[in-house]
Amino acid sequence: MADMLSIDEVADIMYEMVKEATGMRKLKPMDLTKNLIEGYGEKVDKKLCKNAIRKLIESERCVYTYFGGSYIELPHREGAAND
Amino acid sequence: MADDFPKTPLIDELEKGPWPSFVTEIKMAAKDNAAPKDLLGLLEQSYDEKICHWKHGGIVGVLGYGGGVIGRYNDLPEKYPNISHFHTMRINQPSGWYYSTEALRKVCNIWEKHGSGLTNMHGSTGDIILLGCTTDELEPTFQDLAKEGFDIGGSGSDVRTPSCCLGKSRCEWACYDTMAACYDFTQEFQDEIHRPAFPYKFKFKFSGCPNDCVASIARSDMSIIGTWRDDIRMDKDAITDYASNGMDIQKDVVDLCPGKCIDWDGKELSIDNSSCLHCMHCINAMPKALRPGTDTGACILLGSKAPIIEGAFLSSVLIPFIKMEPPYQEIKDLVEEMWDLWCEEGKNRERIGEFIQRMGMGNFLEEIGVEPVAEMVAHPRENPYVFYEEYYEEDDEEEDGD
Repeated sequence: MADMLSIDEVADIMYEMVKEATGMRKLKPMDLTKNLIEGYGEKVDKKLCKNAIRKLIESERCVYTYFGGSYIELPHREGAAND
Repeated sequence: MADDFPKTPLIDELEKGPWPSFVTEIKMAAKDNAAPKDLLGLLEQSYDEKICHWKHGGIVGVLGYGGGVIGRYNDLPEKYPNISHFHTMRINQPSGWYYSTEALRKVCNIWEKHGSGLTNMHGSTGDIILLGCTTDELEPTFQDLAKEGFDIGGSGSDVRTPSCCLGKSRCEWACYDTMAACYDFTQEFQDEIHRPAFPYKFKFKFSGCPNDCVASIARSDMSIIGTWRDDIRMDKDAITDYASNGMDIQKDVVDLCPGKCIDWDGKELSIDNSSCLHCMHCINAMPKALRPGTDTGACILLGSKAPIIEGAFLSSVLIPFIKMEPPYQEIKDLVEEMWDLWCEEGKNRERIGEFIQRMGMGNFLEEIGVEPVAEMVAHPRENPYVFYEEYYEEDDEEEDGD
């Protein structure tokens, strides 16, 4: 069985995915999980991806957003915000 | 202070009549807080222009959570600065909506300190709704509520705050302990409530009996409705009392039975329990004489939703009967199976009921490992959606033999 990636490694890969998608498409948590499983096969599983997403959010590198559905994005100033 | 109030002739109309008025309540709150005063002005303007001035959704929330805060900004911040941010917080209500006055006072004090003071008790999902918070005050409000034992509920593409009827705490018809089950599921699925990971929302509602006081069959993706599988209990003397007190049992009970399973000969009532649809009508009509059976549990239904993309759905039967005993592991395992499939194959903003409709109930059942049974047929004479492969195999063998 292949060695599993660590939570930090998965979080870093996910962060890069979110960064690359910024401005082009919004990614849902399940998109990140599916992409990881597709790209890394047995080195990741759903539970590991779930924990990595939690780490990404709690470290404030990414944020949840809601635009008709829930997404994961880089922190940014919201267009409609009244600062 | 009252002189500063905006003129609101249109929404003042909503104070007329015998009913409680949210306009009156906002005016009361406006005496001590600037936000409700601006809210009155904006609402009047919206009624006048027939234009909504709110934008909802976005990024705002509390640290680590992806649900429970709904961002709202108005598009006239210069005119209404005190509600330029007016975010909504959903707070997980206690099971059965039981509060002490002390607990309610704590919630209100926290909200008057940090927010507009306006509440909606309760939202359609069941949460305590705190209306009107600025972005800066979200985290302090959350921290103060957490110190008092309250947590934020669900919003977005996650498990919404589970809710239940008051069940065995006050209702003699409850076929299982709805409050215990609701609390247990809320604790079990904390991660799914706070961290959105689904194609769209998912709601649990727990009703103790088929009267379904929380309308779970219409308002939850998974409806867990109490029922029984033995016979309706009868007190013959009480039935006689109903008749002698003038009740027309034939007209008011027998003729209204959807299963046509009750007979009344003027002296004795008999029920063909095998044809009973468990609608509760006879029990509601003669509560002193009839009661649900003693072998109780729940029927699990799946798929209801309000109209958004598709029209409204009612839930339909997935598990006709299951005993409702902690830790409810069989149901939780089934839920996880369904979520895995829905997350894998579901489209964005597709509720599980819509997902089942798209992929077909037969395929859905096969994927989650549940055998089809007759009770799953939603309507009489509905076309069957399950193809029993063993019959195909038999046919194939016969054809091969020919």
